[in-house]
Amino acid sequence: MTGSAITASGLRKAYHDKVVLDGIDLDVPAGTIFALLGPNGAGKTTTVNVLTTLTKADAGTVRVAGYDVASDAKAVRKAIGVTGQFAAVDELLTGRENLQLMVDLSAIKDGQRIIADLLERFELTESADQQASTYSGGMRRKLDLAMTLVGSPRIIFLDEPTTGLDPRSRRTMWTIIRDLVADGVTILLTTQYLEEADHLAHRVAVLDGGKIVAEGTPDELKRRIPGTHVRFRFGTAADLATAERILDGATADENELVLRVPSDGRTKSVRGLLDRLDEYALDAEEFSVHTPDLDDVFLALTGHTTEAAKK
Amino acid sequence: MKNHSIVMLRRNLKHIARNPMSVFNAVLMPIVVMLMFVYMLGDAFSVGVDYVDYATPGLLLLAVCYGLGSVSLAVNSDKTKGIINRFKVMDVPPNAVLTGHVIASVLTNLIAVGAVIGVAFLLGFNPAASFPQWLAVIGIVLLLSLATSWITVALGLVAKTPETAGLVTVPLIMLPFFSSAIVPADKMGPGIKQFAEYQPFTSIIEALRGLLNGVPAAGDVIPALAWLVGILVVGYFWASSTFTKQA
Repeated sequence: MTGSAITASGLRKAYHDKVVLDGIDLDVPAGTIFALLGPNGAGKTTTVNVLTTLTKADAGTVRVAGYDVASDAKAVRKAIGVTGQFAAVDELLTGRENLQLMVDLSAIKDGQRIIADLLERFELTESADQQASTYSGGMRRKLDLAMTLVGSPRIIFLDEPTTGLDPRSRRTMWTIIRDLVADGVTILLTTQYLEEADHLAHRVAVLDGGKIVAEGTPDELKRRIPGTHVRFRFGTAADLATAERILDGATADENELVLRVPSDGRTKSVRGLLDRLDEYALDAEEFSVHTPDLDDVFLALTGHTTEAAKK
Repeated sequence: MKNHSIVMLRRNLKHIARNPMSVFNAVLMPIVVMLMFVYMLGDAFSVGVDYVDYATPGLLLLAVCYGLGSVSLAVNSDKTKGIINRFKVMDVPPNAVLTGHVIASVLTNLIAVGAVIGVAFLLGFNPAASFPQWLAVIGIVLLLSLATSWITVALGLVAKTPETAGLVTVPLIMLPFFSSAIVPADKMGPGIKQFAEYQPFTSIIEALRGLLNGVPAAGDVIPALAWLVGILVVGYFWASSTFTKQA
């Protein structure tokens, strides 16, 4: 496939007087992974709902697989697969029956082979005949995704596919997602984790308060945010001022009495900083090494933290 | 492609088979209420006729209402877990999804109603209804079950959380007590009396009572049917439009 799998321009959506999407533009090239990164309440799920025909936008146009979601919803639905924010599996049915349900609801031939293949691929064959209520969170998520794949969609939407999963299940999910794209599928996923967007996505859009505040490759985004740094908290403003003077590139927060010093986080350079403080008989009350996370991305891009974005 | 409605109904029937507790509750509670009122307290009520004959029509209605709690929960769980969204993206029509729930609900109701009638006979229930009148009773019970099931499906869709979904059917369970189900409305206190006289369940119960006694009154049956059809239409359109609107 070449060209764009998903394009959106000027998407707006408000519930009553609360603006949820405030002019979203997207362009997802076919065969790539695109991540929408943002905290709770940024508009990620609403964006996915609009792109997947579940919600009508107040304004703007969306084309998915070349079809307009407003005027050609049926054609869009045939081309896409959607895995929502919660594992939408029927807990009273077995894994196999859940997949059978998807086969029965789609116009698919050769359903039995597809079901057997998916169970095998997602390592669910052994538990296929147990009720989904007995599955772990990771297994439910896998079954959920397997159900989405029954119709072999070429464009897949994954709304927070790894939220709530343990690190091992998260890795498994990442491998599955990469394998899908290797087969030429286009994926749009939402996530709260910079690490996840970094590992998976070709392009990332950072969503905040219904607006895209930055877009680019993970490397481009990371260049825009402060790197690893060391934080010291001091007992007095005088100590803070002295420390700011003697440490290169340090920035002080006078209110919090916190000093941020750029550092690669390696023991040698950290020891250098500590020695320097010692020379001036300074004793920090708190000390931590900080690697960039979503909060830093937000602080750097929006001037406020993700907590503030949660309204 | 198989018919979507049949696929959905089969799913709901499997749910009943896998979760027999919900049917058990729907059957047990009305029977407990029946034993309480008829067997324990029945002699204390003077209603002019044998109390089991007086109470059974209202208890049939109660049997229907008790079964509804699990329906709103099931619908709400489909909504909150995203199962309904999954079906929507697969272009499953609203009617297929909702009708599956409604038919499963009606079947549960019929089991409960059958059980209540069985226990009523054990307690000495002695109806005078002819065969066509029995058919009319079954017809009204079916219509009642359909109408309240559609309302319940709508309530399950509207409820934001499973906790609220569990509560929304409480009024439906309480309404029979504020009707002529247990005692005649004219024996109630002012205010409640007027409410009981004019609320829909009273006319439905009076219609069933007349039919089971073999003396149906058009003055009861016609308002009962009007209420039932009205509730059915409102429930159906409320549920369908909520289903289409929600994401």
